[in-house]
Amino acid sequence: MSNIVYVDNAATTKIKPEVLDKMMPYLTEFYGNPSSIYSIANESKKAIDKAREKVAKAIHADPKEIVFTSGATESDNWALKGIAYANRNKGNHIITTKIEHHAVLHAAQQLEKEGFEVTYLDVDEFGVVDLEELKRSIKKETILISVMFANNEIGTIEPIKEIGQIAKEKHIFFHTDAVQAIGNVPIDVNELGLDLLSLTGHKIYGPKGIGALYIRKGTKILPFMNGGAQESKRRGGTENIAYIVGLGQAIEMATSNIDEKVKKISILRDKFIRRVQEEIPYVRLNGHPSNRLCNNANFSFRYIEGEGLLLFLDMKGICASSGSACTSGSLDPSHVLLAIGLPHEIAHGSLRVTFGDFNTEQEVDYVVDELKVIVDRLRKMSPLYEEVEKE
Amino acid sequence: MYSEKVMDHFSNPRNVGELKDANAVGEVGNAKCGDIMKIYMKIEDNRVKDVKFKTFGCGAAIATSSIATEMVKGKTVEEALELSNKAVIEALDGLPPQKIHCSVLAEEAIKAAIIDYYKNQGIDTSHIEGCSGCCSDCHCEHE
Repeated sequence: MSNIVYVDNAATTKIKPEVLDKMMPYLTEFYGNPSSIYSIANESKKAIDKAREKVAKAIHADPKEIVFTSGATESDNWALKGIAYANRNKGNHIITTKIEHHAVLHAAQQLEKEGFEVTYLDVDEFGVVDLEELKRSIKKETILISVMFANNEIGTIEPIKEIGQIAKEKHIFFHTDAVQAIGNVPIDVNELGLDLLSLTGHKIYGPKGIGALYIRKGTKILPFMNGGAQESKRRGGTENIAYIVGLGQAIEMATSNIDEKVKKISILRDKFIRRVQEEIPYVRLNGHPSNRLCNNANFSFRYIEGEGLLLFLDMKGICASSGSACTSGSLDPSHVLLAIGLPHEIAHGSLRVTFGDFNTEQEVDYVVDELKVIVDRLRKMSPLYEEVEKE
Repeated sequence: MYSEKVMDHFSNPRNVGELKDANAVGEVGNAKCGDIMKIYMKIEDNRVKDVKFKTFGCGAAIATSSIATEMVKGKTVEEALELSNKAVIEALDGLPPQKIHCSVLAEEAIKAAIIDYYKNQGIDTSHIEGCSGCCSDCHCEHE
């Protein structure tokens, strides 16, 4: 394991020892059901309250506005469906974007089947939503706008504050999937005018299978699961205490000293981007050149295909990801890369590298050094590159 | 995900490159689908004397190209023409279901090169059924 260079931190992250330490007592000693009355149960209840406070503090919300979920997919589904079902009498129109995570896109498609109307906004070549198009798309039936905070593939940060203002003026609920932004961008739900926000633990060095949905006080939404009185009757089921505690610890660590952390990780990202642009020909940086997540670099390497790139990188102990069809499980490359206007053949050759707290500058150098050799090797096998060389 | 055989042919592909004196060249697939295979052959006395390939595509596409070139080298033209995608899959100890397409591409690339050779020789090729190897417009039945 020590020879692994893990640069796929947007996919998931390694749990931090401090997080695991905080979780362990709730998997062993304090097993009491928080709904019970005796003292070990009270320990569980206190732990959940404390974690809720930490999550709330991280996004400047009130603890009462935080509901724990099984992760961001649940949070996204709940935000869309919960708002749609509860506000049907007001309207049936939802606005989102073409570059959302599938948890939002597929939930929206499901709502379309149920009679809701959904507008999927285009993005520009950098992946940024057009605010004018957003304004034009709003109708009197619009009940929800859902725009991701930052894109998981290309790292582009969306104009959330501006969208928040538009939503507020028009009295439309505003949801954001902030999975990739938490810990990489400072977030204040009040300043940004957010009504709902999805987040997850495993992208911020916490455990998988735990997340949260921020629901602004006064937001009309249906419960996600009917059951007991847990989570103020909005999501029944005995709480996953250890994981909730893990999320609380992880988010506290990820959001304190955020400026310092962003600075440190940006150095790695910038070095990687600079070296790739200088040392490898025929590359394209995908996403916004400056307004992007501090940990994200996404390149298309022309004339080669992404899966081969990932396999060769894996042989060198490097974990990264791609938006090629061969890795998407379908015949088409990533919907995000197509939405920013990339032709299929260039989208097939994409590589996403996402840095994290554990990466070093030496690792950046190692990845670029290996990448140069691998890209050259694959290009020498490619009939597309043969024509380029002849020119 | 891949067998050891696939990984071996992907990481150490056989017969990569171009043949300057090729008299049979076939190309199938397209960049939009994410794979293109180009086969170069030198056919002499009705035998595949030499063969090389160039492939733009995933690991499986590179591995199927590599093994297909090995399987037809030294064979008669008729034998090479009989190479099936099924034989390619077997020789690689299997392919994941979503990669069967790559074995089809290898069969079609070999076929395309031989059709090119026949055409150069003025031989009728209407009896050989082929397709472009593109993911979206292939209607051929392959096992």
